[in-house]
Amino acid sequence: MALVLTEEESILADAARSFFARSAPVSAFRALRDSGAAERYSPALWAEMAGMGFPGALIPESHGGTGFGYVAAGLIAQEAGRTLVASPLLSSALAAEILLRDGDADQQALLPGVADGSRLIAFAIDDAIRHDPDRLSVGAFADDAGFILDGVKRLVVDGSAARTLIVAATSQAGPTLLLVNVETPGVSVEPLRLIDNRDAADISFSGVQVKASAVIGRPGGASAAIDRALDVGRALLSAELLGCADEAFDRTVAYLKEREQFGVKIGSFQALQHRAARLHMALELARGVVLKALRALDAGDEDASLIASVAKAALAQTARRVLDEAVQLHGGIGVTDDLDIGLFLKRVRTAGDLFGDDAFQKDRLARLAWKI
Amino acid sequence: MTSAPLEAFRAETRAWLEASAPEALRNRPDGELLPCRGGRKWVFQSQAQRLWLERMGEKGWTAPEWPKAYGGGGLTPEEAQVLREEMQRIKVAPPLESLGIWMLGPALLRYGTEEQKRTHLPPIVRGEIAWAQGYSEPGAGSDLASLQTRAIDDGDHFIVNGSKIWTSFGDQSDWIFALVRSEPEAPKHLGITFLLIDMTDPGVSTRPIKLIAGDSPFTQTFFDNVRAPKANIVGERGRGWDVAKYLLQFERQMIGSSPTARKEGVANLALQTLGREGLAREQALRADILQFELDAWVQAIALERSRDLAAAGTLPATLSSLLKVSGSELKKRRVELTMSLVGADALDAESRQAFDWLYWPASTIAGGSNEIQLNVLAKRALGLPGA
Repeated sequence: MALVLTEEESILADAARSFFARSAPVSAFRALRDSGAAERYSPALWAEMAGMGFPGALIPESHGGTGFGYVAAGLIAQEAGRTLVASPLLSSALAAEILLRDGDADQQALLPGVADGSRLIAFAIDDAIRHDPDRLSVGAFADDAGFILDGVKRLVVDGSAARTLIVAATSQAGPTLLLVNVETPGVSVEPLRLIDNRDAADISFSGVQVKASAVIGRPGGASAAIDRALDVGRALLSAELLGCADEAFDRTVAYLKEREQFGVKIGSFQALQHRAARLHMALELARGVVLKALRALDAGDEDASLIASVAKAALAQTARRVLDEAVQLHGGIGVTDDLDIGLFLKRVRTAGDLFGDDAFQKDRLARLAWKI
Repeated sequence: MTSAPLEAFRAETRAWLEASAPEALRNRPDGELLPCRGGRKWVFQSQAQRLWLERMGEKGWTAPEWPKAYGGGGLTPEEAQVLREEMQRIKVAPPLESLGIWMLGPALLRYGTEEQKRTHLPPIVRGEIAWAQGYSEPGAGSDLASLQTRAIDDGDHFIVNGSKIWTSFGDQSDWIFALVRSEPEAPKHLGITFLLIDMTDPGVSTRPIKLIAGDSPFTQTFFDNVRAPKANIVGERGRGWDVAKYLLQFERQMIGSSPTARKEGVANLALQTLGREGLAREQALRADILQFELDAWVQAIALERSRDLAAAGTLPATLSSLLKVSGSELKKRRVELTMSLVGADALDAESRQAFDWLYWPASTIAGGSNEIQLNVLAKRALGLPGA
């Protein structure tokens, strides 16, 4: 399909943009952060987002969702990025992806709750300081009752709010996904305070007994489901990064047109114009790759997984660079907490790192595309 | 976008190409065959090249989207894309590469008189007349509008004097479309006329330009009391700048396009020259390769998007400037990396790699230097104030 939004998609993007501008401006995120609340997102806003059908974007109507699809989910993430919306949108998408793909009937019964925002399920994937999904260290040891989980998951997105976890563990048979309730004895959640004030936790599992029915799909057979969930996560994060970078860049260009030094607008200086033009260039190039990644997921293209890594690598780099320059082009005020640019800078760092930064994605492409 | 009629067109096209594309022009390594540029002076490299041009020219598929009335293929943008894809599928070389198709044609279609279109477009499609471009002058590079080639009014003719530089294949061309100063008193952008000049006029001469890469297709072209009929003005007299600007976007597209196919990327080259083990010992080089491949991938997708935007009629006017900058910079990185990957063999003065490496720096200069494109982006796309 063409790398141009259809009319329907444009309407959805516009609706998402005006919704977030009205209900979740950057000022709301700042107020939440400054309040010192333990909650990293606003349950009221989340309920409103659920009312818009956002958490169920990847869930078909038969399971209580809206079935918008990946492009739509990406457009929502992109618009959410514009105003730094903090919400369990990403976790909900990943939970939906995994349960729809490999969940049994009982597990899929959770989907309506995911779609209406009432059930938060976090995907616990990383267990090292850098993303490395091929080397899962949390172990799932088979016993008579099912499995015993041991180990620590790092940086679990929405890990302190979620009541249910999808844990990626290694069993004797190989990578295995398990649904685990956080109330299960032996599960210990340690909420993190991240630079971007988003919800995340380190979660340790100490002799956690789970039933065999907790396995999603087949024990040892989770590789494809994990890859697919990560592909979706990477594409959605790319979209969010594009939204963040777009907004920070727009604000920077506005500042170049308004700030005066030496008696003229600083945006009239060629040295700054060329830097702004290069950022514009990077963003326009990025726009295509984000849409391509989302379209490839919708179409079930063979190279969807590769394109998701291309998008994630490109957007991690582009957004980081745009924000680095946005701070510099704002001058002194750019490093103050009063200016929102710093909030974008922090989110872009975290979102860029999640599910593999640009270095990780390039290595992944090297292995998959060229075996080098 | 796929639809039944389009798929039917694809099937027809595939069958026609299978029957008509000479076997000798398929699946040849890049650069092995000289692209056919056509024109009276063109010497065909082979009978296959001549046949291929004749067959494609007859269908108008050398200029697939031009109206049939002027010899073109009359295809929709979607059909033209299908044709490109089907040609790529059998990896057949394009039948004709010419500035007439890339640049003059679009200008005539938009600004030309009916007579100009009927006279000049069909021979371009059939590859019978080769066109050169006369824009830059020794004293007018980035500041193109300061050009000084003079066109003096002589009744129903102009008399042209002056010189143009960077004329690609000037010595091989039959006609030249040139920017000339017809109203020296007018403000500099308003005294310029877009004029078609027959290069067989005895007052036209060319001199080759030798580059750091060695021999080049470029010439300097001199006009010494050349007579050109006023019927050869394209658009309005004195408004040639509008035509030139319109055309420059096609030139930028040409320079910024030619996506790097992944199989021809530097990673595959590294596998050929160093092998997996060799590359594993060169981690810094590997990192450069991967960054290049990433950026090339993004550029290829951006080009795909720009084609889709054009087909949808929503192509931003500044996107060609943008893709020209990114595409040309990528090309330079590609030849730099190629030099590293081919190593000692690339340092041979006769090597193809050395030639490319020395030739491609021109891509960030030609068609409006990248710095000029960044000015365009800053002003037109971002609305930043003039200095």
